[in-house]
Amino acid sequence: MTISRRLLLAGSAGALAAPNIAAAQEAPGVTATEIHIGSTNALSGPVSSYSVISRCLEAMFKRLNDAGGVGGRRVKFTVYDDAYQPPRTLEQTRRLVERDRVAFLFNQLGTPTNSAVHRYVNQRSVPHLFLATGADKWANPREFPWTMGWQPSYRVEAQIYTKYVLEQRPNAKIALLYQNDDFGRDYLHGVQDVLKDRFRSMVVTATNEATDPTIDSQIVQLQATGADVLICGVVPRFAAQAIRRVHDIGWRPMMFMTNVSVSVGVVMQPAGVEKGVGLITSDYRKDQSDPAWAQDAGMNEWRDFMRRYVPDGDLGDNNYTYGYGAGTTMIQVLRQCGNDFSRENVMNQARNIKPMEVATLLPGIKVQTQPDNYNVIRQMQLQRWNGQSWERFGNVIEGAG
Amino acid sequence: MNASPARFLLVVAGLAAALAPLWVLESFHLFQLTMAVIMSLAVLGLNIVTGYNGQISLGHGAFFAIGAYVTSILMAQADWSFYATLPFAAAICGMVGYAVGLPALRLGGLYLALVTFSLAVAVPQLLKHKALEAWTGGVQGLFLMKPDPPRWLTSVLPLNADQYMYLNVLIVSGICFLLAWNLIRGRIGRALMATRDHPTAAEAMGMDIAALKTGAFAVSAMITGVAGALSAVAVEFVAPDSFTFLLSITFFVGMVVGGVASILGSIFGGLFVLFVPNIAESISRAAPGVIYGMILIIFLFLLPEGFAGLVRRLLAKLSSPGNPQPK
Amino acid sequence: MEAFLLQLAAGIATGGIYASVALAIVMIYQATHHVNFAQGEMATLSTFIALTMIQAGLPYWVAFAGTLVVSFVMGALVERLIMRPVQHAPILTHVGVYIGMLLIIGNMTGWVFGYTIQMFPSPFEGGKPMLGGLFSSHQLGSVVVTLAVLILVYLFFTKTSLGLAMRAAAYNPRSARLVGIRVDVMLALGWGLAAAIGSVAGMMVAPIVFLDPNMMLGILLYAFAGALLGGIDNPPGAVMGGFLVGVLENLAGAYIVGTDLKLTVALVIIIGVLVLKPSGLFGRVVFTRV
Repeated sequence: MTISRRLLLAGSAGALAAPNIAAAQEAPGVTATEIHIGSTNALSGPVSSYSVISRCLEAMFKRLNDAGGVGGRRVKFTVYDDAYQPPRTLEQTRRLVERDRVAFLFNQLGTPTNSAVHRYVNQRSVPHLFLATGADKWANPREFPWTMGWQPSYRVEAQIYTKYVLEQRPNAKIALLYQNDDFGRDYLHGVQDVLKDRFRSMVVTATNEATDPTIDSQIVQLQATGADVLICGVVPRFAAQAIRRVHDIGWRPMMFMTNVSVSVGVVMQPAGVEKGVGLITSDYRKDQSDPAWAQDAGMNEWRDFMRRYVPDGDLGDNNYTYGYGAGTTMIQVLRQCGNDFSRENVMNQARNIKPMEVATLLPGIKVQTQPDNYNVIRQMQLQRWNGQSWERFGNVIEGAG
Repeated sequence: MNASPARFLLVVAGLAAALAPLWVLESFHLFQLTMAVIMSLAVLGLNIVTGYNGQISLGHGAFFAIGAYVTSILMAQADWSFYATLPFAAAICGMVGYAVGLPALRLGGLYLALVTFSLAVAVPQLLKHKALEAWTGGVQGLFLMKPDPPRWLTSVLPLNADQYMYLNVLIVSGICFLLAWNLIRGRIGRALMATRDHPTAAEAMGMDIAALKTGAFAVSAMITGVAGALSAVAVEFVAPDSFTFLLSITFFVGMVVGGVASILGSIFGGLFVLFVPNIAESISRAAPGVIYGMILIIFLFLLPEGFAGLVRRLLAKLSSPGNPQPK
Repeated sequence: MEAFLLQLAAGIATGGIYASVALAIVMIYQATHHVNFAQGEMATLSTFIALTMIQAGLPYWVAFAGTLVVSFVMGALVERLIMRPVQHAPILTHVGVYIGMLLIIGNMTGWVFGYTIQMFPSPFEGGKPMLGGLFSSHQLGSVVVTLAVLILVYLFFTKTSLGLAMRAAAYNPRSARLVGIRVDVMLALGWGLAAAIGSVAGMMVAPIVFLDPNMMLGILLYAFAGALLGGIDNPPGAVMGGFLVGVLENLAGAYIVGTDLKLTVALVIIIGVLVLKPSGLFGRVVFTRV
């Protein structure tokens, strides 16, 4: 069965030009009793810590199936391992699309990995939904209409921090510590976006590799520049080290930390809760180890889910709250589909989500999409650490569209 | 020894087996096979310097990456055709290989392993560096397009892009394998192995050890670099994360499993490293890495000389059963 | 000047981490003439076992001793079950087996213990930074422990007959057998000892970098570099090498090329040294007679 690429490109262009035409007869991955959804994640290798997201999603679909499924059908969720290597992501995605004939793809992990399949899925008109990455480039309905991210972008987060600094300390000297990969680079770009020409005079940077044992050297280096603001785009291990080190060398900058690395149990406690007082972050999720949410209805719903469907899961791991949010969004889209789970309709419903609250998201922050705006979560809330929990302050901020 | 007609039949059978997938396999499996052939080529490269010449390299992922990026930069930034980039990629990798081979002369065994391993670890960091970002695309990487089959071919034989890619990879790899086979079979191959097994004697006999060893590195880097170039186009995307140290380890595993110092072994090794991780995953979805490691170790327990070692033993038994075979 | 001192101190502190792991690597080399690439993963696994014991309520030093024992047994078992079947195989096959072990142990640790980073307690936690804020009490304490282990190892290998027997078994198994040394037992002991030392390294490192299954990944490369830089057959040299690598890496990143080429430059320097002095700075040059 040979498929001409030009035919595919023409076909998808046609489908997009007339989105209201009824779905084609063939709906791959969908039978009368089952919907087959595919995904890839790093199940082995150095970044396999994210594999728990897939476990969370599997459990959520199991819960859905136990409750009768959706549209009269059960969900079959298949996750393949790509070991965070882009060529393997392509191989596994092609397996899902061409051999397993899944209906669509959901929550694939990583930026370089998803980049490797970005064009492929759009050429084949396969919904590529709610990617597990905070990179900025997925919200591009014009050029890549079948791809959609989920979490707010790291770049927007950095823009929020920079704007706040300019408000509070217009003549600040900013130190930026970021991981030398696409995750950290987004923070660099966010700061550059806001400062533009002033970047060179206002900012000093230092980078780290994921394989570095410690970032003490970078912290010392940044302090020596006399900076009075520190923005960090680093993963939890280095965040904990940074908070501790900054405090121990007697540096007291206005400090910001990426929301990837602000979990109370995983970062603040190992660092030393009193050492991080004053740390600012901008988050969209509730932190399960934060006493503020101990009695919260939404978090209790999540805890109940974990207890029953992921009994050996680590409750302190915020990949589980992340997964719960993405899963809830996906199930909502499935419900909106009614009985039509063709790729066109799934994509249609995905780009028309009315603002929706999710159990694990902060109050006031909603999941929503429009056909011309693929930023699924576009709001964040500034929070400050007070030694015991994260105190929200200011209004819910809507990032760049 | 094998009679010529038997060997000829084997070659024909091999060709048939190589071309059959074009008609038998659909796009996805053909894509997998294409990647497996590329891996085999990369393993062949490693075999030349480590298997045949005894210089342990744990850093061939670096040459693979350089080949991939040379091709990608020329295609994406300078709009070259894929075929034009191949000799360039080969030449540049050859030069880098030679440059690595020079200090390698002074190091042996463990030390060389570490040095080459650190090369593999350093390459992604270099690729991400600001100074090169305009060319390499930095962490975002570069996008390419597979070449479309030319009209004169499709009028005779309708091929889609995947099939055409497979054919390309087959032809380029075939040429490289042939060249390597010729090299190994001849005087130079024997000299390489002599340098590996009895370096002092070889030198005493007047062989230019330095030239041999650096040359081996250069040729080895060239072949693995060409494999990298092919992979860039097959995947249509390169990013620094595609070339971590895990890649170097994968090539090494392929070489050992296939059989060190064996051309046939390289082919098997490539197939192993592409397909066995998938087998491991089908056994255990929760911990595929553990299963893959176990399969690897059990394989090495059963066949310490690799797949090629098994073939050698079988052939020895077949050619004269009952007679003791010299090693 | 103060910044330079802080960088130097940071380098020495990181170097201490590398030094303790380098020591474990050299140990196994002395005992077996092999380099075990899975050393780091085994050390991480040992550290998780220690954490489990501590969380179960055992006092620190009891858990420490318990972990030493468990690690020793683990190491010896690995030698018996995994290395023994391939002992006559070519060296490249050995490397393949190490890689297999790396994959198994590394992935298994994550699967069993989870991936979130954990605090690991330090027995030296007075908490107050010492030497004018340059080092934490733990960092100094772990350097002391490393040096203590080094001295014990050195005494063991040079002054005891068991240590001598182990070195002989590794260096020349055939001759060793001829003089009546039980080579296979020596090998198992050697692996056990190396695993135990590795676990010490892990327990000293974890409070600084935080414990998770990937803790040792980056450290291992630098530790290898340090071991080779100092000389793979030379325990004190390896420790010096570890410290040197730590200082070089930090100073290069801070003053020479910036942090995004830190890795590359540190390794280039090491390669340069090795090319000039192939047996390492303090290693013995071995001459082969034709």
